[in-house]
Amino acid sequence: MSRKFKAALFKILMILSTLIISGSLILILWTIASRGVHALTWELVSRLPEGGFYIGKGGGLLNAILGSLYITVGSTLLGLLIAVPVVLYLNVYSREGSRLATVVRFTFDVLFGIPSIVYGAFGFTIMVWLGLRASLLAGIVTVTLVIIPILARAMDEVMRRTPGELSDQTYSLGATRWETSLVFLRQCAPGIMTAILLASGRAIGDAASVLFTAGYTDNLPGSLTQPAATLPLAIFFQLSSPIAEVQDRAYGAALILTAIVLLFSLSAHYFSKRLSKNKI
Amino acid sequence: MTRVRLIKDRISGKLFLAFTLLSILLVVFVGIGLYGKSVPILRQSSLSHLLFSREWKPFKNRFGFLPYIAGSVLVTGLAILIALPLSLMTAVFISEYVPNRIKRLLVPFIDLLSGIPPVIYGVWGVLTIVPFIQDRIAPHFVEFSSGYSALAGGLVLAVMIFPLIISILLEVFGTVPQELRDASLSLGANQWETVYRVVLRKSAPGILAATVLAVSRALGETIAVLMVCGNQTAFPHSVLDPVYPLPALIANNYGDMMSIPLYDSALMLAALILFVIILLFNGLSRVVLYRLERRNNE
Repeated sequence: MSRKFKAALFKILMILSTLIISGSLILILWTIASRGVHALTWELVSRLPEGGFYIGKGGGLLNAILGSLYITVGSTLLGLLIAVPVVLYLNVYSREGSRLATVVRFTFDVLFGIPSIVYGAFGFTIMVWLGLRASLLAGIVTVTLVIIPILARAMDEVMRRTPGELSDQTYSLGATRWETSLVFLRQCAPGIMTAILLASGRAIGDAASVLFTAGYTDNLPGSLTQPAATLPLAIFFQLSSPIAEVQDRAYGAALILTAIVLLFSLSAHYFSKRLSKNKI
Repeated sequence: MTRVRLIKDRISGKLFLAFTLLSILLVVFVGIGLYGKSVPILRQSSLSHLLFSREWKPFKNRFGFLPYIAGSVLVTGLAILIALPLSLMTAVFISEYVPNRIKRLLVPFIDLLSGIPPVIYGVWGVLTIVPFIQDRIAPHFVEFSSGYSALAGGLVLAVMIFPLIISILLEVFGTVPQELRDASLSLGANQWETVYRVVLRKSAPGILAATVLAVSRALGETIAVLMVCGNQTAFPHSVLDPVYPLPALIANNYGDMMSIPLYDSALMLAALILFVIILLFNGLSRVVLYRLERRNNE
């Protein structure tokens, strides 16, 4: 085989691979959109399941949509409450190159790889241990565990890139580390927004972590101690039904969920682009 | 006034340190929690028996994980076999061949795959992959297959791990100094030879690390695989057999596990096994990637 031929052959293989991978994304979006669009009705997003819902009669998935929303908002807020102090500690309070910071970053990288089913099982053991039942609160706490590493890693990556002069300047003006933290948060605001969007996308789409912990209900979750339905589980359960009308609703819900996470992904990309413009 | 500011500074420092330590201790808590729940089953039978027995009869207190472990290994192996060559080729193409202008569009586009929730991959698998295997692939090899098979799980998983492998490989290729490429090209090597002899060789540890990370991601994936792989407790003999991977076992049985003694303990042991393997794989590959990054910064 001549050298030129080999080079050309591999280039063609590379282009083909890129096409296959990009094509699989397009195929997924196309499949979900084309099957879901017929099932998408106003009833589906605006009403609760009614009598005979699971044999194909009337009603919608408002319970799952709102449940997912509660869990996503709750876990993202709770996650920020923990992740923001951690990244501030890593980037403002601890010394550069400190061993603890290395260990913490390594641990978050590892935690990031732990599958949500393991967090779900862990959340479940804690729940049983505390004598709680599947509830909105248990779901929020478990999903929080899943997204803390996402939030922390994404925010840390942005803060690490803030130039050292920023803290030199705040300190030279007499600011404390706490006050410097506030400056850092302001400077990294678009990055924090990106982290929030990435984490919310994961939170709203994750099924394995809420399967054990949030339960499922046809009602709206009235309080933190009641179970809550979620969109991914609504899709999962209704797809396994043998009745066509019920399956159709799963496709409709899949389209809704896909649209939401795509919106999150694209806005996350938009904010991370703004970050690079916002350089000092 | 200054005093208040200093006190605020000190308190926030202590508090933030506490949050940091607590959050990394999560790894330990998860391990202890799952181990605590697995103790009853480990008392009843030995770990090696649990891992290598084929007998799964919860009502008779027999818990052999081998069919599930085999299912996990088969599905994960297939996914890596499909995803690694395609992702490697794509990452090389994006990193070494494509102009920056297109790169800035292509990378976020492929990254959209990583945002799609597992359950959506599952729906797609049920609608596209399963019928494809049932109608187009299986008839050439076996008399009947429903399409719900290890192959379906492997294909869906492969698509799910594309973005993970590609994003890590792009970072790894980024650590190869441009001077090495320039030196190779100036000696008369063409672009492919430079990629093959310089970039890939220099990146070998990183490629290995990316593969191991992808393996651990694939091992833990639950809902998408559960929806397409058939879920039958039997030792698989071909890729067209239905399989029942470990995460699917955990997810499918949580409802009844309280009514049968030791069942919940067995399932928590399954979660513990996943946790330990994935922790190990993740830790090792991250160490390799950290080394590469440091080499690059020096």
